[in-house]
Amino acid sequence: MATANSKRLDRKKFFADPTLIGAIVILVIFLSLFILYPLAMLLVDAVSGSDGVNLSAFGRVWNLYTFRNAFTNTIVLGLIVGFGSVLLGLLFAYVDVYVRLRSRMVRGLFKVVSMLPVVSPPFVLSLSMILLFGRSGLVTRTLLGIRNNNIYGLHGIAIVQILTFFPVCYMMLTGLLKNIDPSLEEASRDMGAGRFKVFTSVTLPLLLPGLGNAFLVTFIESVADFANPMMIGGNYDTLATTIYLQVTGGTYDMPGASAMAVILLMLTLVLFLIQKYYLEKKTAQTLTGKASRARMLIEDKSVRYPLSTLCSLVSIFVVLLYVAVPFGALFKLWGRNYTLVTDHFVNMWKMDGLQAYKDSILLSLIATPITALLSMIISYLVVKKKFKLKGFIEFVSILAMAVPGTVLGIGYIRGYSAGLFHSGVMQGLYGTGTILVIVFIVRSLPTGTRSGISALRQIDKSIEESAYDMGAGSGKVFTSVTLPLIKDSFLSGLVTTFVRSITAISAIILLVTPKYLLITVRINEFAEKGENGIACAYATVLIIITYGVILLLNGILRYFDSDHKQKRLARKFERETKALYKA
Amino acid sequence: MSQSVKAPKGVRLEHISKIYKDPKTHADFYAVKDCNLDIAPGSFITLLGPSGCGKTTTLRMIAGFESPDEGEIYLADQPINELTPNKRDTAMVFQSYALFPHMNVYDNVAYGLKLRGVPKNVIREKVMNILSLVKLDGMELRMTNQLSGGQQQRVALARALVVEPGVLLFDEPLSNLDAKLRVEMRTEIRRIQQKIGITAIYVTHDQSEAMSLSDQIILMKGGVIAQMGTPEEIYYHPNSEFVADFIGECNFLKGSVISCEDGIAAVNVNGHTVRVSASEGVKAGTEGTIVLRPEAICISDKGDLPCTVELSCFMGSYQNYHVRVGDTLVRIADNCPANKKVFSVGDTAYLSFDPICSHLL
Repeated sequence: MATANSKRLDRKKFFADPTLIGAIVILVIFLSLFILYPLAMLLVDAVSGSDGVNLSAFGRVWNLYTFRNAFTNTIVLGLIVGFGSVLLGLLFAYVDVYVRLRSRMVRGLFKVVSMLPVVSPPFVLSLSMILLFGRSGLVTRTLLGIRNNNIYGLHGIAIVQILTFFPVCYMMLTGLLKNIDPSLEEASRDMGAGRFKVFTSVTLPLLLPGLGNAFLVTFIESVADFANPMMIGGNYDTLATTIYLQVTGGTYDMPGASAMAVILLMLTLVLFLIQKYYLEKKTAQTLTGKASRARMLIEDKSVRYPLSTLCSLVSIFVVLLYVAVPFGALFKLWGRNYTLVTDHFVNMWKMDGLQAYKDSILLSLIATPITALLSMIISYLVVKKKFKLKGFIEFVSILAMAVPGTVLGIGYIRGYSAGLFHSGVMQGLYGTGTILVIVFIVRSLPTGTRSGISALRQIDKSIEESAYDMGAGSGKVFTSVTLPLIKDSFLSGLVTTFVRSITAISAIILLVTPKYLLITVRINEFAEKGENGIACAYATVLIIITYGVILLLNGILRYFDSDHKQKRLARKFERETKALYKA
Repeated sequence: MSQSVKAPKGVRLEHISKIYKDPKTHADFYAVKDCNLDIAPGSFITLLGPSGCGKTTTLRMIAGFESPDEGEIYLADQPINELTPNKRDTAMVFQSYALFPHMNVYDNVAYGLKLRGVPKNVIREKVMNILSLVKLDGMELRMTNQLSGGQQQRVALARALVVEPGVLLFDEPLSNLDAKLRVEMRTEIRRIQQKIGITAIYVTHDQSEAMSLSDQIILMKGGVIAQMGTPEEIYYHPNSEFVADFIGECNFLKGSVISCEDGIAAVNVNGHTVRVSASEGVKAGTEGTIVLRPEAICISDKGDLPCTVELSCFMGSYQNYHVRVGDTLVRIADNCPANKKVFSVGDTAYLSFDPICSHLL
């Protein structure tokens, strides 16, 4: 008994579809060239010295005090941030799902706070922490009169990263808590457990794999983060910043940087694999399906007041940090002279501000549609099609999620500065805007793909089959049925890519040439020089742009909303009927 | 209004097999094994069977979604094994309807015609015609989620019909409807199929649907065709206990053949002789199973087979009995109980039946 014949027929049918083959070939080439190849080059570089293949670069790097120190620092920071974010995320999620909040304003506040860090440039919180609590901080110096408060260092990074990453935990855990069947907790209550006992004996154990999952996700984010340690880290160097300094500092030690990058990559990769293939599955196993009915929300004042007060305090703190940014741009000299002026905006403008905005926006705008379309095509192929290289495409495009930007940046330098395999082929790519666009695409592809995959999984297979059956080839099925059905995911992919690209820094800062001025790089430069006013001016305009784009998306989504769409269609139908009768 | 411009096409399956891998044991097994079918143009045939019998796989092989491992499928005498679904002259009505949720009724139905590059005014005419055939006039602009289940079903049917396929395929199209609507829709499907004269292949696990719709029923079990024939043949002359039991309720009585003449056999059941219809060539002395439909049995004070009543239950149009004949439980549906003697639990009664209404396996 053999299935050879059906396989032969399936292959024949498969190859009868040129669009499909074309899409797969292009994807495989793109993913290999711009994700696998640079990472592979890093590995090759790290193990091949002038005296053949060996691990001496690793040994040398390991003996560097700076590296060992950075390694320990990174792990310690990751652990603190992981625990902190999970705790804070759990608190917010619990209040959101379990506690009745009287005021809609409080709920709105939570929503804003959970949204803000996701859409803002990565280092805004660092910037405003320095403004509020730094040496000339508004709170520390002006209000409390502390002269030499040092916000730079581990505690600074930890606070900023927790506030940046906890919303991710909050959203993950909210989803899980909503899936817990309330009857389980009611049964425990019914048998005599108090609220706290219910939480520790039922809710928490059910949530445990999910907590582990959230912890690892934040841990990876913290380890990969470049901008915050750069800005507020002071002497506390992490792997990402050490690698950056290894390249840009006086030493220009590329093999050393490559070896460090490989170690950082291994670290995030292992964590990512545990998270993706173990914890995510485990989470899905313990919490499957939907809650059978609505949960009775907790009204107890003894629970409600302390928890919601805690959440409100955190929220207000975050909002305060964001409010500090535009004021940072408007005050004449932070810490000394709090008169409102427009000097910083004018200065920003004078110092090539326009070019920075033009470059950033243009490059991001180019990357945006390509990424959104690529990720939808990848998810379509992964979910709906069967073919040999499917596993490769899925793995590589998700793998990119685990690659820290700094590592990718070093990989591109090693892989493309002297052309492919140091042969000079494609050398022209290095230092161009194109390579920046490619980095933007690679950095946003995993998120887009993931959202596309989950959107597609919800579409009944037979809907596409019926289009196929009606006579549509796979290209036509994709454009006429699949894409319209996942347009929400597609549009949010557009926005995510744009926002992520225009706020990106970690990989970009290693690859950008003076030909291109990018907003984020400028902010970093000005902040390093201590010109916080101009940095804030840039950040303010950047935040306004990203929010504008998100508002625009909401508008577009509403326009495509089924009600509106139907009215438009009805009008069109009437017009067409009239035209037909005339003819 | 003539709907069918093209002539209906016949379908032939020659030695079709499909092999799957068991996801747990990784062993190969036949989902469909050596299936031979010759479906005449314009006929309505049903693939009937329990879940996992290979009926849907067979249908999906005809549509082109699955590829057979052995054999060849012919559409109007042309081999189609290597054609992709979009190149085959078939149209399928899916179990979940598979309507495009982002299109209104009109665009759903017009989809296949647009793909074929049909001029706009022709599309309009055809779509309007087909919508009135399935009684959906005036619904063109509704979105699919504003339709009831039955209406969605009609749209799915119209969408498949409008492209005038050589063969119409149905994959359990009525299983998501409630019982009453199901009966209504199957009458509709039969009416439309007769009117257009299209070849239809229909998959279902519901035997009453199969009987009311089909010219021919193909009953499948474990990937193999168990029996094929008209609904009457299959109902009255099943060739196995499985077929008899699957197509309607059935009792089985074991007995040994005493004699057989002119298609009527005398069979000894628990020491009592009953007469049943049998095929030629049944030899005296062999053991056999009598197939008895519940409604074919008469229960009274006199008869061939004594029995004890174990359950007696009034069902309105009939009295439902469970009686014990020897070791065997026999179910009886006694119609119009109002003017008959009703037996109670524990009573002894006698069973009799017309030889024509029974069948010896």
